[in-house]
Amino acid sequence: MSMFDGLKFRNISSPIHRIDPRTKFIYVLTFFIVAVFFNQLIPLLILFFSQIPLIIIAKVKKEWLRLIKGSSFFATIIFIMNVISLYFYSGYSSFASIIEQASAMTVRFIVLVESFSIFFLTTSPDMLGLSLEQIGIPYEFCFAFTTAIRFVPVLAEEAQTIIDAQRARGLELEGGNLMKRIRNYIPILIPLIVNAIRRSLELAEAMESRAWGATEKRTTLYMLKMERRDYCLILISALMLAASVYAWLFIKIPTLTQILNIQG
Amino acid sequence: MIEVKDVYFTYPNGTEALKGVSLQITNGEFVAIMGQNGAGKTTLVKHFNGLLKPTMGKVLVDEVDTRHVSVATLSRKVGFVFQNPDHQLFSETVEDEISFALKNFGFDEKKIRERVDWALNILDLTRYRKTSPFMLSGGERKRLALASVLAWDPKILILDEPTIGQDRNQKERLRQFILQMNHQGKTVVIVTHDIEFVAECEPRVVLMANGKIVADGAARNVLTDPDLISRSWLILPEITNVLLNLNDLGFPTNVMDVYEARDLIIERIGWARK
Repeated sequence: MSMFDGLKFRNISSPIHRIDPRTKFIYVLTFFIVAVFFNQLIPLLILFFSQIPLIIIAKVKKEWLRLIKGSSFFATIIFIMNVISLYFYSGYSSFASIIEQASAMTVRFIVLVESFSIFFLTTSPDMLGLSLEQIGIPYEFCFAFTTAIRFVPVLAEEAQTIIDAQRARGLELEGGNLMKRIRNYIPILIPLIVNAIRRSLELAEAMESRAWGATEKRTTLYMLKMERRDYCLILISALMLAASVYAWLFIKIPTLTQILNIQG
Repeated sequence: MIEVKDVYFTYPNGTEALKGVSLQITNGEFVAIMGQNGAGKTTLVKHFNGLLKPTMGKVLVDEVDTRHVSVATLSRKVGFVFQNPDHQLFSETVEDEISFALKNFGFDEKKIRERVDWALNILDLTRYRKTSPFMLSGGERKRLALASVLAWDPKILILDEPTIGQDRNQKERLRQFILQMNHQGKTVVIVTHDIEFVAECEPRVVLMANGKIVADGAARNVLTDPDLISRSWLILPEITNVLLNLNDLGFPTNVMDVYEARDLIIERIGWARK
């Protein structure tokens, strides 16, 4: 379950951790939009590398690397699918440009994963819930949302135990054809789902016996406050968005193949 | 036979769970691995069927290094019953649940039917044959989990926290059952912190603390050592505690059996009357 570690909150102190979750969300969203704007390799690579300093500042390098490693499986699939579809549907492209376009799509996927991981690695679920609450979303929804996030690592751990228990009963997950592989997961998914449902019922009862929803207006212990660094980051995000819209509209971005051809 | 040779194990998140454990369990032995939560008990036994592979050192099961064989191959020999039955029950009927492993191991149709009948019978589940495992009570689910492992007749049986969630009667039945299995020649390893249960079973006790083995010997010697027990964050068996508190009246401190204690007390009362 090492891949999920890359999306799990790390409780350490860093400047990135201290940023208001709302600001961080705007920043991540900007990255997301910019990544979807461009489909050339060079700007996407720039996006990818520009986030590395943030990861180092946030002290989550190890978890981040693990996530990248974990997502390499999907990245490979995306790459192969792109190569195949580009080969068949854009008949006149050269092989080099097919590879470049496929790599661009792969890097885009990694950038999206990367930006989400920065957000989740550095934002505690409680803070996230709090920020949702303070932008006016009803508490019931915020609670459901934070609880869902909080239980992801619990479920991941439980899935690992279930996998172990079934392997100890001779279940082999690897090997076999596609149908067999899918069928192999039934003994894992059923206990996982049954336990999740059972747990949610128990949680609901426990919550209600602690007077959940007794008062209309809940007070909170911590209040989120935007500070100067938050406004700075929002400004940076806005500038980034503006710059990329400008680049998208008015600058013709060369592909790597073109640059190499000119030089060679 | 299980041989653990100077095993270290570190989880991917950096927790050092085992720090140099060496242990030998011979065929037909009955061993209780004890220690507080987080001492490394479950981590250790997960090495016995290859679910975990040592970071350093090695584990041999019948002279085969666990690093070189699959969990499925090892499981044929080493049956592992997990603590929480809800982590493994998934079938539509109790019967299917038991036959799951048998199918995985490639038993033939006739043999499967035979083994399922046997397992249902021995754990008193025959009347639930066609019931859904999810409709059973907690104790019954636990028995079903045990049945689903016993069905393939593994040589070595590992039970992780078998007494959790069981009432006094069920525990007694479990104890009888384990002793019976052991008498029939099975190697039984239980992982538990239920000291009363272990005191009644009187197996060999391996005491763990902080990823190391701190004591290994007969239950009578390990469990009645107040110093050792408190250092491992456990609490002495009740009987031992009572007699320990009567030590200044001349009672021995190494008793943990109710009947033995009774005899000692009667003898003392008789002696006082004279």
